[in-house]
Amino acid sequence: MSAPRTIATVAVSVFRESVRDKVLYNLVAFAVLLMAASYLLGQLTAGQDIKIIKDLGLAAIATFGLMIAVFIGIGLVWKEVERRSIYSLLTKPLSRAEFILGKYCGLGLTLVVNVVVMVVAWYAVLAYMATSVSPEVRASWAAPAADPAMLRAVGLILVELMLVTALALFFSTFSSPFLSAGLTLGLWVIGHFNADLKNFEAVVDSRAAAWLAQGLYYVLPNFSAFDIKQQVVYAQPVPAGYLASTALYGAVYIALLLVASVAVFSRRDFK
Amino acid sequence: MDAIRTDALTKHYQVGFWRPRPYLALEGLTLSVAQGEVFGFLGPNGAGKTTTLKLLMQLIYPTSGTAEILGLPVGSAAVKRRIGYLPENPYFYDHLTAEELLEYFASLFGYAGPERRTRASRLLDEVGIGAERRLQLRKFSKGMLQRVGIAQALVNDPEVVFFDEPMSGLDPLGRREIRQLILRLRERGCTVFFSSHVLADAEALCSRVAIVARGRLVASGALSDILAFKAHGWELVVSHLTPAALECARKSGRVEKAVPLGEDRYALDLPLSVKPEELLGELTAAGAQLVSLAPLRETLEDFFVRQVAAARNDRGLG
Repeated sequence: MSAPRTIATVAVSVFRESVRDKVLYNLVAFAVLLMAASYLLGQLTAGQDIKIIKDLGLAAIATFGLMIAVFIGIGLVWKEVERRSIYSLLTKPLSRAEFILGKYCGLGLTLVVNVVVMVVAWYAVLAYMATSVSPEVRASWAAPAADPAMLRAVGLILVELMLVTALALFFSTFSSPFLSAGLTLGLWVIGHFNADLKNFEAVVDSRAAAWLAQGLYYVLPNFSAFDIKQQVVYAQPVPAGYLASTALYGAVYIALLLVASVAVFSRRDFK
Repeated sequence: MDAIRTDALTKHYQVGFWRPRPYLALEGLTLSVAQGEVFGFLGPNGAGKTTTLKLLMQLIYPTSGTAEILGLPVGSAAVKRRIGYLPENPYFYDHLTAEELLEYFASLFGYAGPERRTRASRLLDEVGIGAERRLQLRKFSKGMLQRVGIAQALVNDPEVVFFDEPMSGLDPLGRREIRQLILRLRERGCTVFFSSHVLADAEALCSRVAIVARGRLVASGALSDILAFKAHGWELVVSHLTPAALECARKSGRVEKAVPLGEDRYALDLPLSVKPEELLGELTAAGAQLVSLAPLRETLEDFFVRQVAAARNDRGLG
C-alpha cells in the first residue's frame, strides 16, 4: 500500500476514535452554546451587539479549537505508547513516520470538522441577528452580519490550531501529557507576545539578553501573526499577501515540527 | 532459509536518572527457528522473552547483534507484510469495535471492501468472538481482548507468527482452543514462535524450545533431546504386589520410592543403575503383575527450574 493511503487509513482511524470521545462533544457543544449566548449578551449593549457576537464567536472558535488541539494532541502518541496499542500497530506494514503523519492528519481532520461546526453555528446566530433588526440598523453596520470576509480570520485560526497540534504532537513523542500540555500552552502564550522579544533591547541593557531574545523571536512560533480577529470584526482590509505569507509561515513551521517528531519517534524504544 | 535467526542479539538499557547504570535485558542471544516449526521461548518473568520479541518486532533497537526474519532484516516493510504479532496483555482502541479494529488492521495490509470484511469476520469466528464483535473494545474482558489480539495477529495470513504469552488471561476452554489454533497454523505451514512461562503449553505444542533466564540463553533444542538426556531412572508400575515382596525390594536398595496407587498397585521408582527386568522377574515370581515400565525422565518443568537456578547462581557468582 502506498504511503499516502497508509497515512489516510491511520488518519481516518484517529478521526473515528476522536469523534467518539465525549470530551470532544462537550467542548463543541459548549462553544456553540457560548455563541448562542452571545446573542443575548449583544441585546444588553447599545449599538455594539453585532461586534460582540462577532468577537465572541471568533474567540470561542480559537479557544475551544485550542483546547481540542492541545488536549487531544498531547494524548495522540502518549496514549498509544502507554496503553501499548502501538505494539500491534507498528508491526503492521506501517512506518513510524507514516504513523506520526497519520496521527497528525487525523487530528487535523477532527479540528477542521469541529471548526466547521462552530463556524456554521456562529454564522447561524449572525444571520438570525441580521433578520431580527431593522434595515436602518443593518445599514449602520460597517459590514454585513454574516460577512464572508471573516472566514479569513477563521482560516488563520485553523492554521494556528494546526501549528499548535504539531507542537503538542512533537512534545508527546518524548514526554508525558502533563509536560506536553505545559510546554505547548507555554509556547502558545509566549508566541502571542513574540513581538516583545524582538524589541527586547529597548527594555534591557544586557546585549547578551537582547541577542537571546532576538534568537528566541526567530526560533519560537509567532502565534500573534495568526490573529486578525480585530481587523475582520471592524471590517478592516487584510491583504491577500499577508494571508498567504502567514499561512506559508505556519505550513513551514508545521513541516519542521513534523520532521522533528518523526526523527525523535523513529529512534524511540518502546520498553 | 530459517524463519527466524538472531546473532548475538543484545539489549542494554540505561536505568537511573541521576546516575545512569546499564541494565542487561538480553545478552548475546543466538538462535534459529526453522520454517514450519512451533518454537517455544521459555523463561521466568523478567528473563528477556518480551525484550527478544520486541527486538524481533523492532519496537526496540538492539545495542548490538542482528536479527532476521525470513532472511530479511527485522523491521522492514517486506517482513511486516509476512508476519503477525500478539503482544503480551494486548490493548486496543477503546472506542472501536472488534470488527472495526480488525478491518482497520486489514486495511493497513491493503485489503479493501468485501475482502476486508470477510477476513475480519472469519478471524473473529476462528477465535470465538461472536455477537460481541460489534461491542466497543472497552467493554471486553481480558480474555476477549486476548482473542481479538490473536485474531489481529493473523489478519494477513502470516508466514511467521509471534505470540507473547498467548494463553494469558484465557480460561481452560480458551487455552484449549488456542492450542488447537496453533496446531492448525502449524498444519498450514506457518512458523509459530511463542513465549510462555507455562511449560505445559510448550510440552503440548513445541517441536523445539529455548530457555532464557536473566537475559541469557541457557538451553535450546528439541524437547526430546533436552529431556531424554536427563532420564534418571525407571518407573515400574505393578499390581498384586505383596507387602513382603515390596519390603524385600526396598531392603535391597533397588527401590527408591514406592507410591501406592490403590488396592495392591504400586508405582516403584528405581535408580538408573538398576536393571528393571531383573527386579521385575523377582516380583513376578512373587505373584506381582506388570502394569507398565517407563524411563523416569526429567519433565520440562524440572529442567526449566534447574536451568534457571543455575543461571541465577552463575550471575550471582559473576
